[in-house]
Amino acid sequence: MEHVISCLVENKSGVLSRVAGLFSGRGYNIDTLCVAPTQDANVSRMTIVCRGDDRIIEQITKQLNKLIDVIKVIDMTAEEHVERELVLIKVACTAATRADIIQLVNVFRARIIDVDLKTLTVEVVGDARKVEALIELMRSFGIRELVRTGRVAILRG
Amino acid sequence: MRGAQIVVDALEREGVEVVFGYPGGAVLDIFDQINRSKKVRFILTRHEQGATHMADGYARTTGKPGVVLVTSGPGATNTITGLATAYMDSVPMVCISGQVPTAVIGNDAFQEADTSGISRPVTKHNYLVKTVAELPRVLKEAFYIANSGRPGPVLIDLPKDVQQAVLKDYSYPKKIEMTTYKPTYEGNPRQIKRAAEVIEKATRPLLYCGGGVVRALAHEEVLALAERCEIPVTTTLLGLGSFPETHPLSLHMLGMHGTQYANHAMHECDCLIAVGARFDDRVTGKLAEFAPNCRANIIHIDIDPTSISKNVPVTVPIVGDCKRVLTQLLEVIKPKKHSEWLAQVAEWKKQYPLRYKKDDELRPQFVVEKIYEVTKGEAIITTEVGQNQMWAAHYYLYTKPRTFVSSGGLGTMGYGFPAAIGAQVAHPDKIVIDIAGDGSIQMNIQETATAVLNNLPVIVCILNNRYLGMVRQWQEMFYGRNYSAVDLGRPMDEKGRPTDGLPDDVPPYVPDFVKLAEAYGALGRRITRKEDVVPAIEWAIKARRPVFLEFLVTREENVFPMIPAGASVKQMIGGLT
Ligand SMILES: Cc1ncc(C[n+]2csc(CCOP(=O)(O)OP(=O)(O)O)c2C)c(N)n1
Ligand SMILES: [Mg+2]
Repeated sequence: MEHVISCLVENKSGVLSRVAGLFSGRGYNIDTLCVAPTQDANVSRMTIVCRGDDRIIEQITKQLNKLIDVIKVIDMTAEEHVERELVLIKVACTAATRADIIQLVNVFRARIIDVDLKTLTVEVVGDARKVEALIELMRSFGIRELVRTGRVAILRG
Repeated sequence: MRGAQIVVDALEREGVEVVFGYPGGAVLDIFDQINRSKKVRFILTRHEQGATHMADGYARTTGKPGVVLVTSGPGATNTITGLATAYMDSVPMVCISGQVPTAVIGNDAFQEADTSGISRPVTKHNYLVKTVAELPRVLKEAFYIANSGRPGPVLIDLPKDVQQAVLKDYSYPKKIEMTTYKPTYEGNPRQIKRAAEVIEKATRPLLYCGGGVVRALAHEEVLALAERCEIPVTTTLLGLGSFPETHPLSLHMLGMHGTQYANHAMHECDCLIAVGARFDDRVTGKLAEFAPNCRANIIHIDIDPTSISKNVPVTVPIVGDCKRVLTQLLEVIKPKKHSEWLAQVAEWKKQYPLRYKKDDELRPQFVVEKIYEVTKGEAIITTEVGQNQMWAAHYYLYTKPRTFVSSGGLGTMGYGFPAAIGAQVAHPDKIVIDIAGDGSIQMNIQETATAVLNNLPVIVCILNNRYLGMVRQWQEMFYGRNYSAVDLGRPMDEKGRPTDGLPDDVPPYVPDFVKLAEAYGALGRRITRKEDVVPAIEWAIKARRPVFLEFLVTREENVFPMIPAGASVKQMIGGLT
């Protein structure tokens, strides 16, 4: 099963490689990883999306907790939380398809952020379901480039 | 104070008595200070790997962190095997490596290596110190991390300019302030109560003790629990010494080369109390068939939460220090009798003792048995890796913690001899014996110079089978006796004459260990007959000098019993060769 693990770490050099090394060294897969400082500049948050059965996820959270630079680990999947991802899609367009693309973008409350004769660049923010759905729809027009931030998540309340 | 002075001051304040290491360009500043210290003794080894294993042997036999000091680049990379060995076996160690100046880090400077990157997966934690201001805190934290919680090696990579930089208002931190690292020592009282209930309900309980009991010195508590509730005790390789093997409740070692009775007991028990052990694959064999009758009643006490339920799901997990948790448990648990179970266990012990062929041949098991008899079990035994290690585990009875020193997790050949030197540094008056194989001993034999020059009377008992014996055994058993790259000797015909056509002055055994010992200024003796074994050991002990005893033992002896890798207790091979 897919899990979203949120990890508060000390904001210093080497921490990312410790976390990444833990995953590669123990054969766990990271689907997405997103790192940036929090409201406290000394602390960063890593949001890690990974897959595994309960035993593996338990090991991952325990192993993360064991790293000296890790402050706190929360498996968001078990809690009420909100997830978002930002995706930039450069999609091929012609005079004939432009209007269709723009219409879809509007339905998804996404935005066109760059326009070119042969492409449109779309920005979409949302949870996994929403962004995946738009990406799927854009495929039929021809995706030239796709850039994803990976997911971030926050607990409700 | 300059960075280099701060390092030595910190060592003194941390109570470090001895540092093992090797100098080089990037640590000259620290070397310029360390020989001025009145408190810290520096031991120059002949290889950085040797230094790490010495620090390791020192640490395992004292409980204090072993300290290593090496230069950048090759000096640091040479410590990796030693760090990995210590990491796998939870040995406290602090390794300080020099690094090129901060200004040139990343420029492929002379003797630059990404030491913090290379050492990351084999250390509990590591530091690259970029300013002298953080140095005091890093040193304090390093010693604290190394020897708290689940112990392990910590590396400090120290650029040359940081060693030279001056810190005004230096003071060594008195307190540790780490918000992200707080090991749990006390067991959760609710879990302790549950554990007591599970144990009280059991009819066939078993204690399974690992290296954690030795690290925490929880042996007295284990003994008290075992006796109060009539629970037989088996130990892992690293757990040897956590329970007296002379005690009627002892089942000795379990696992791949464990005793048949320990493995039977593991299979039949209806309640398992794992203490400071981690259900390693050499212990469990095939997980699906491991200990089938106790699965609903497993209590696991360990200081490291990641060890719990990693391989085997447990019923009552208790995170904490083995000694404290067992003390808590002893406060609540009631005495119990298990006469039927103990009778069954005693029956197995009688039926399936460890045994080997008793004839006129000089067999390795016999040598180990005699080492035990002559030393009355009072020595510190280190081992190399292979068959020698298993025989050292089987035929010497360990009764106290910190008397058996062996690389269990990593299985590092070349570990035992430097580890023995480190143990001898810590215990100058004890008999320290490395039970060695002829292959392994050659992996750090250069440390003979260290032993001789520091007057450390380590005894090396080489069980010379002229084979990489353990590998040969696997080739015999699982690869149709296709011996590939395991023969360490010269090819010989039936009459024992070399057939390789080498010059006559090449000795029949290469190297000639006796001459080699003598070349270093150590003593050496070759033993070929059973009756010479005891006198040789007695002679070596009396000599109080480094000694090599080379026992020319039967070549194709196998270690039994054996559960093949990934198999279950039902596939145990027990017999005699
Ligand atoms: C550094 C290292 N390389 C390889 C091995 C694999 N290995 C395990 S036991 C063994 C043979 C050891 O031979 P020896 O020291 O003569 O011991 P014996 O088994 O003959 O007693 C080898 C090569 C190892 N454990 N460590
Ligand atoms: Mg051998």
